[in-house]
Formats: sequence, structure tokens, C-alpha cells
Amino acid sequence: MNVGLPHYLTVGAILFALGLFAVMSRRNAIGILMGVELMLNASNINFVAFSRYVENAVDGQVMAAFVIVLAAAEAAVALAIVLAMYRNYGTANADIAQRLKR
Amino acid sequence: MTGDLIFILLALLTLVPAVWVVLSRNLVHAGFALLFTLLGAAGLYASMAADFLAVTQLMVYIGGVLVLVLFTVMMTHVPRGRENHGLDRYVPAAVFALLVFGVLYKTITAVHWHAVTPEAEPTIARIGTKVMTDYIFPFEYVSLVLLAAMIGAALLTREYRPTDTEDAPSDAGEDAEVAS
Repeated sequence: MNVGLPHYLTVGAILFALGLFAVMSRRNAIGILMGVELMLNASNINFVAFSRYVENAVDGQVMAAFVIVLAAAEAAVALAIVLAMYRNYGTANADIAQRLKR
Repeated sequence: MTGDLIFILLALLTLVPAVWVVLSRNLVHAGFALLFTLLGAAGLYASMAADFLAVTQLMVYIGGVLVLVLFTVMMTHVPRGRENHGLDRYVPAAVFALLVFGVLYKTITAVHWHAVTPEAEPTIARIGTKVMTDYIFPFEYVSLVLLAAMIGAALLTREYRPTDTEDAPSDAGEDAEVAS
């Protein structure tokens, strides 16, 4: 076996499918968020893999860095929303949350 | 040969804990499994000669996002074992995830990639040049997004105080007295 682009892409695809499964099957909002993190990491692995196997390009890595930054911002806001939801509903279960105001 | 072994180990370090993240009933365990998945992803970046991204992954994801997630899990006190029961959610989720993976895998194997393998070299200087030239506008825009996210997170987690609005009329009354 000679490790190349398809192997990294396969790892990314498996990670993306696992993240998708978590997003669809979890009830807890934090569990859903963990699934989103998995999917973002899968996309990052793909970005870096494509960037690696093209001559003289770092554009994919720059894009992956932007994804990391936006994932951090997303996690901060999403977890703040989860905390606000927990204060209003007494639970972090995403099935129960239906109102935006108290 | 050594490269293959390293890749297999890193892929296993990424994917095996990821299964645990997805299936674990205890969200604290899922959070700690996420730590190993993120470590494995950082290792994969390093094995693809993306040194800057590997370090950034360690600092931002493991040092920041993961700590935030674990704190929130512990603060919201998830009841143990009550999370994720019943096949009614597992079956459609598994079917859809497998479908998506099938399409992705089919595409990966069907396409003939014109991949070259250039010499690995340090990327930090090149990424810095790229960010300061071609990607200068997205770079500035992302800093704005971070500022907005910071303000938004602080506002959302603020304690709700109903008295804030009731104080306003009395303040106005005092102002009127001072003015007269």
C-alpha cells in the first residue's frame, strides 16, 4: 500500500459519516455539536489532503485555518445558546426547545 | 513502509474514538474521546506536511473548543443513560450516514486523481504570505466574525434581570428634575 490522496479522503469520508450520524441521532444539543465538530474536522482533512497532493499550493491549508477559526466561533456561540437553553428549560435536550423567548 | 504504518495508526487514532464520540451514552466520555479524535486529526495534518495546521489544531481545538465543550457538558448536568435510547433515531441516522458515505467512497474510488507528491517543506511562511496577500479580506472579515461571536456569547450567557427595564423610567424622572 502506498498512502496517497484517496486514503486521506476515505478517512475524511468515514469521519464525515460518523459526524452526520451523531448529528441525526443525538438528543442532547452538546452531542449534536460534537457531531458538527467531527464533520468540520473531516472537511479539514480533505482540504489539507488536496492541498498536499497539488504542486506548490497552500491555499487548502489557508482555507482549513479559516474553518478552524469559524469552528471556534461557532462552538462559543452554540455553547452559549446551550447554556441559555439550560437556564430556561432545565435541560439541554434539543427536542424540547421550541421557544426562542421565555 | 513506515509511512504506511504511521498513517494507519493515525487513522485508527482518529476514527476509533470518533465511533465512541458518536455512540457513548455518557457525554463526558464522548468529550474525552473527542480529544483523541482531534489529536489524531492533528497527527494526520502533520503527516501531510501541514505543520502550521497541526499546531493550530492542538491550540484552538484541544486547548479551546474541547475545554469549552467539556465545561458546558459538566455545567448542564446531563442525566446518565437517558441520552439516546431507542432504535427510532439510530436506524434512519445510520441509513442516511451510510448512504452519504457510500456516495463519497464511490466518488473517491471512481475518480482518477492526478495527484503529485511534492517535497514536504515548512508551510508557515507561505501561509503567512498567502494570508497577507490573496486572503487579506477574508482574514480581516474573520476577525470581525470573532468579535461578533465574542459579544454574542457574552450577551447570551448574561443573567436575565427583569428589573433592568423597570429602572429606566425613574432614571428619566431624575433627569427631568435636574433639568428643571
